[in-house]
Amino acid sequence: MNRNLRTRSIIIAIITALCLIIMFGPWHRTGKSAGDFFKPSKLKENLSENIKLGLDLRGGTHLVMQVQADDAIKAITDGNVLKVDSELKKLNIPFTAVKSPSNGVVVVETPDASKQSEIRDKMLPYFGGDTEWNVSTSSNPASVTFSLNSAAADRTRREATEQAKTIIEQRINQFGVTEPTVQLHGREEDHQILVQMPGIDDPERVKKLIQGQSKLEIRAVAGFGQKFATKAEAEATLAGAADKEVLPYNEKRGDGGADTGFYVVEKVPVITGADLRNARGVQSQQGFGYEVAFDLKPTGSEKFGTWTGNNVGNYLAVVLNDEIKSVAVVRSRIDDSGRIEGNFTRQQSEDLGLVLKSGALPAKIVYLEERTVGPSLGADSIRQGMVSLVVGLGLVILFMLFYYRFSGLNAVIALALNLIILLAGLAAFGATLTLPGIAGVILLIGMAVDSNVLIFERIREELHAGKIVRSAVDTGFDKALVTIIDTHVTTIVSAAFLYAFGTGPIKGFAVTLTIGLLANLFTAVYVSRTMFIWELNRGGRRAETISI
Amino acid sequence: MEPWIDMIQIFKQTNFDFLGKKWYFIGLSWLLILAGIVSVFYRALDGDPNTTPFNMGVDFSGGTLATVKFRESPDLGKLREALASQKIDPTGISLQPVSDRIGQAPANEVLVRLPNLVHIEQQAGQSATAAQSKEGADIGKQKILAGLAAFNDPSTQGKVDLNTNGVDDLREALKSRAGLESQKAGDVAQRIVDYREKSSNGLIRNLSEVKNLSGVDPQIGDAIDKNFFAGFASVKSVEAVSPQVGADLRNRAVYVTIVACIGMLIFIAFRFKSWGFGIGAIIAVFHDVLVTLGIFSIMHWELNLTVIAALLTLVGYSMNDTIVIFDRIREMLRSRRRETLEKLSNDAINQTLSRTVITSGLTFLTVCAMLAFGGEVLKSFSWCLFIGIIIGTYSSIYIASPFMLLWEGWRGSKRKATVSAPLSSEETVSTATPATAGGVTTQMLAAAGVSTKPRKKGR
Repeated sequence: MNRNLRTRSIIIAIITALCLIIMFGPWHRTGKSAGDFFKPSKLKENLSENIKLGLDLRGGTHLVMQVQADDAIKAITDGNVLKVDSELKKLNIPFTAVKSPSNGVVVVETPDASKQSEIRDKMLPYFGGDTEWNVSTSSNPASVTFSLNSAAADRTRREATEQAKTIIEQRINQFGVTEPTVQLHGREEDHQILVQMPGIDDPERVKKLIQGQSKLEIRAVAGFGQKFATKAEAEATLAGAADKEVLPYNEKRGDGGADTGFYVVEKVPVITGADLRNARGVQSQQGFGYEVAFDLKPTGSEKFGTWTGNNVGNYLAVVLNDEIKSVAVVRSRIDDSGRIEGNFTRQQSEDLGLVLKSGALPAKIVYLEERTVGPSLGADSIRQGMVSLVVGLGLVILFMLFYYRFSGLNAVIALALNLIILLAGLAAFGATLTLPGIAGVILLIGMAVDSNVLIFERIREELHAGKIVRSAVDTGFDKALVTIIDTHVTTIVSAAFLYAFGTGPIKGFAVTLTIGLLANLFTAVYVSRTMFIWELNRGGRRAETISI
Repeated sequence: MEPWIDMIQIFKQTNFDFLGKKWYFIGLSWLLILAGIVSVFYRALDGDPNTTPFNMGVDFSGGTLATVKFRESPDLGKLREALASQKIDPTGISLQPVSDRIGQAPANEVLVRLPNLVHIEQQAGQSATAAQSKEGADIGKQKILAGLAAFNDPSTQGKVDLNTNGVDDLREALKSRAGLESQKAGDVAQRIVDYREKSSNGLIRNLSEVKNLSGVDPQIGDAIDKNFFAGFASVKSVEAVSPQVGADLRNRAVYVTIVACIGMLIFIAFRFKSWGFGIGAIIAVFHDVLVTLGIFSIMHWELNLTVIAALLTLVGYSMNDTIVIFDRIREMLRSRRRETLEKLSNDAINQTLSRTVITSGLTFLTVCAMLAFGGEVLKSFSWCLFIGIIIGTYSSIYIASPFMLLWEGWRGSKRKATVSAPLSSEETVSTATPATAGGVTTQMLAAAGVSTKPRKKGR
């Protein structure tokens, strides 16, 4: 029996030590020193670093946004409408109208029914072939209809959402927040993205950052790069051309001032932010000032190469949110990388590079859920949670000591160990402690004690039935074990459902409860038993009474 | 030699006849459930849009819930008017002052609840959760901020509010109005916001507080005087939920509660090898949920996600109690075969009474600690558990066992004609035990397939 007791004690001691090390170790610190392991102030710091706090305790912002994925389809459709319009004119094919009656549908009406097949064959390549768009013809009036097939539509929507998520992630990461969360949310057809920023309690700031500079395009400048002083002058030269528009120009100069004006640019961009692969500020090749060097993705470089090849000597404009940031002349054909010259300062070139690199959000986003917890509220919640915890714990301990006397101490030690293992478990698994999680711990105290109550009551019963002490303790544990396992399994099952269904704070509750219950299985059975064995063998003689 | 007689005991050998009076208590339960149903229908059908069957939190109904802190105790009527002027239906606005905590300065905070203001566009065949929103969920917050402006002195027109702007906006304002350069402006803005949130509990009362901060030189202080002011109120926290999300969470809550209950039913039926125990346990759980929801309807406590978590915890907890009693019954079935199930159940309840009361009592104490000290956020959660523990314990005795008995009795009487129970080798041979009127013998249970054989384990 003694050897058994020794083995058990060693196991318990090792586990306790392990848990304490996990809880109080400086695992998150980069430069460790010996003092990190021992000094009380450092230990407290380590503990707060090791245990991840949820947004409701730390303060922070929680946003769920929906990507208006249909906009992405609309953008493609509108782009195609303009494209078809201009190409048909170039090829001199007669048509009465090109329109888009609904998202993903382009209809070309022509007075000449015989031209239908020609229209179809010549225009289909601009739609990317027949893998994504279906073509059909009809008469009266004679028209050719291009419609986006549903598989392609779904794919476009899904890609728009993922692209938005990647871009948002990049922008958020540049913010320098500790452990932000950016992930897809809900089911696929919901097109939702979740963003969590702990410690940032100003959601407007987050939203601005996410929106960022969301529309980036490179467009052709009409005429010979002529800049106009006023909008009216610029518009006068439009002469009703439907494919051009006037945009304001605002470029910061190195001396702090800005060049302003208006340009006439084509509506349809040559390339958009989505085609950019990389962009960065670099020193100018002429030696003075800075430029922005950029690389294009294959799809983009094809488009850009074709266009620049045909337009050497013409001008292009870098347009950001419908404002022209920079105008440059095309010196030669640019295929997959090029430079934007503009006499930038180093800061400007880096900023512009960053802007170009983060790309453009492919569609508008609308906020579905916004929750902020200010840090003061978070601190309040922690304090209130802790106070309830301590009070609840105190009451339970008092009762146990009073009702079960020395065995009550047994239960209290088991409970203390339970909480230590629970905290270590949270730290080890990186689980998040939320306010409902603290409530879960408080609840757990009641349930952990329940296991001990079951055992002790059983032992009392056996004693009343006349069994000797040792036998009573053994039987008590055995009979109670079945019930303890049953009750723990049922509660863990309900915690599993909570985890599956719940959002952040509730998931935290479920995880805390589960870890605590598993820890309790260990402490209430193994540790309590060990303590009884010790108590019964105290002083080397077999005990005849126990305090219970 | 009885050295252990000095145990402190609440319940020495008790012998209450719990199940004898079961019909009275089942009747009481029906009354409680009925009261809940009446409350739900009464509130739903009285034609007054202000009284809803349940006080649904924003999690389920969509809308906005904001904690607004005021410099001094606000005039709620004026606040309501200010909000209504933002084109919000005044009957949907709910204002609830936050109760002051003992020993602390008055909080002057109001919980502002706005109904859902977001219009959604749901296309044919699209689920409610995939519908597109016309406005962002934060529209409620924008309106609240606009409405709060009404509380500020007209002389502050054109100045920037230090209490309702974040670091970025303050920095930009300092740059453009006070002429500070970017780095310094950012530093000052951060200090102001840090002071506001960490030291001033979310609201700056007076510009002089800000001017005294380190890093704010006198000329910056002057610029602040000219261009900024400390608004009368600030928004401390916001929860804004769009109707799609609300619909999604509602569906999930119902779905998960039902699935959890069914899961338990199957688990228990499996563990106890009889549907009767499972049915008894499940009816008890449904009873608990219905009564608790009914009381929530009557008391109009807020129903939000954390309450659903509490409800599911309750389900687990009530199961615990029921299982303890059933375990004891099962144990007794092995040794006391000749007695009726009803007597066994009664004895089981009596024997476990001590444990039941102590555990319920202790868990109840911890919940009371939460109610007293846990703060506003956990209020509904704590109330749910408070009621739930009482009801859960009560149902384990008066709902689970009686319904289990009813089921077994029904099954038993169906099998009466075909009783020919195989006796295990450990039983003494006896003539078939007569079935007592209305009772169920272990023989019948054996015939019905309930395992009553003792486990062949060592010890």
